[in-house]
Amino acid sequence: MRRPGFYLQLAFTLLVCAFLIVPVFMSILAGLTHNYFLGVASGLTFEWVAKVWELYAETIYRSIGIALACLAVTLVLGVPAAYVLAKRQTALTRAIEELLVMPVAVPGLATALALIVTFGGFRDLRTSALFILIGHVLFTLPFMVRSVLAVMSSIDLKTLEESAATLGASFVQRFFSVVLPNCRSGILAGALMVVTLSIGEFNMTWLLHTPLTKTLPVGLADSYASMRLEIGSAYTLVFFLMIVPLLIALQAVSTPRRKKPLPQEAAPGTAP
Amino acid sequence: MTALTVARPGLRHPATAGAQRRETFTLVAMMAPAAIVFAAFFLLPLVQLFIIGAGGKDGVAAYGRILTDPRYVTSLAVTVALSTNVTVATLIVAGIAGVFLTRHRFPGHALLTSLLTLPLAFPGVVVGFMVIMLAGRQGLIGDIAQRITGEKLVFAYSMAGLFMGYVYFSIPRVILTVMAAAEKLDPKLEEAARTLGAGTWQVVRDVILPGLKPALLSAGAICFATAMGAFGTAFTLATRINVLPMAIYTEFTLQANIAAAAALSFVLGAVTWAALVVARTAAGSSVAAAG
Repeated sequence: MRRPGFYLQLAFTLLVCAFLIVPVFMSILAGLTHNYFLGVASGLTFEWVAKVWELYAETIYRSIGIALACLAVTLVLGVPAAYVLAKRQTALTRAIEELLVMPVAVPGLATALALIVTFGGFRDLRTSALFILIGHVLFTLPFMVRSVLAVMSSIDLKTLEESAATLGASFVQRFFSVVLPNCRSGILAGALMVVTLSIGEFNMTWLLHTPLTKTLPVGLADSYASMRLEIGSAYTLVFFLMIVPLLIALQAVSTPRRKKPLPQEAAPGTAP
Repeated sequence: MTALTVARPGLRHPATAGAQRRETFTLVAMMAPAAIVFAAFFLLPLVQLFIIGAGGKDGVAAYGRILTDPRYVTSLAVTVALSTNVTVATLIVAGIAGVFLTRHRFPGHALLTSLLTLPLAFPGVVVGFMVIMLAGRQGLIGDIAQRITGEKLVFAYSMAGLFMGYVYFSIPRVILTVMAAAEKLDPKLEEAARTLGAGTWQVVRDVILPGLKPALLSAGAICFATAMGAFGTAFTLATRINVLPMAIYTEFTLQANIAAAAALSFVLGAVTWAALVVARTAAGSSVAAAG
């Protein structure tokens, strides 16, 4: 039934998919193999995962801690900022939005260097995980703002707020019980993005970290450079276990929004 | 609802001068925390970076030296060439796969789409490790090549490996952008072209590509900027490859030449930021913020 071009393109797409996914499985397998050079025949084992835990557990806890702190900060800074940007569309707010997105466009290496030359002199800050947190907040804030702003611009914020105000709700009440619940999906997508990016951030963190503030990706780079392949792989496996659920959740959150017009025409009978 | 608004008419017109001033004050107060953090930890440090970059023995001329010192010029040229190649290759690969996935539905379609976008947030270091898995000393490609030609093919630790890593990194993002744009293409245009006797290649060239142009421009710019500034993959694969981020890192750590590192990273930041702004203006949309 299908034209031959279909199968050619399908084969190509499958090949691209293999390029992306095969190494993921190879590294998972390598992390569970007794001796990768000899192959799976040498037996499957959890010894490398245990070894990773012994060597790097601290980096894993630190990364989770920084990611959650980063989430808290970006929520507190980003959601109100997005609200302002949605509420007032002037040249000034557009300029602010443009500026806020800059840390994504500027390479992490440059941002990290800028932070070091400016604040590196403050010993206590330089040697604490707070220094890394600052970098992560700069880098992830635009994603929170963009994600919340996208939802705020798509709903009729004005009417919602006006009706609430008419009913006598104060600004604080309106913001917390009308605005925020209506932007749930944007906040959730932004939150998942922030946590995912913070856990995986390397470019900045590599310059910002100290021997006592290593994060997961810093530990990964360290293990790739100085440990046997199986340990690097097992460590990568642990990283995948943390990040893949987040990425799948992110896909689940963002898919329905993109296909909004579909249910209407595809399934007219279903109740909302 | 209507009854209430009628019952309390005073609240229907809050736009009195006092209320408006209060609202502006509230909005400024809500923007303030983000603005202060951003100014203190991003804008101020960037200014400081520029000043330090001009604080070496050459002064502001240090910025000019980036374009005259052969070491930096080579580094800049290598990075631009690599990023351009990565951008072109990714646009072709992800363009074909993205358009295909949008236009056809088949069993396993959703799974294939998810798998293709899964590596979206893999950090550069992990991408580097994926390249080692494929093209490293114990890599899959090497094994296959050995079975076919009898010779082991290892290219992970070279420019080719870096190229592969950057393409790996960029494919998921570009596929997402292409799919979003391809969904909006009007199938009637293609039908019309076919009715008028256009062949497949003509349809691609005259209907599909022009329709995708804004998306391709914007995705390409993100791809280019990311490849210019990527550090993790290069760091994992080879410290000897002379791409700009590695040059900055070497100046900073090994040479302790902080002024040169600062000048180079300021220029790198300016280039990637400009690339994104130009593309966003050209594409007329704001898809650029995708890390």
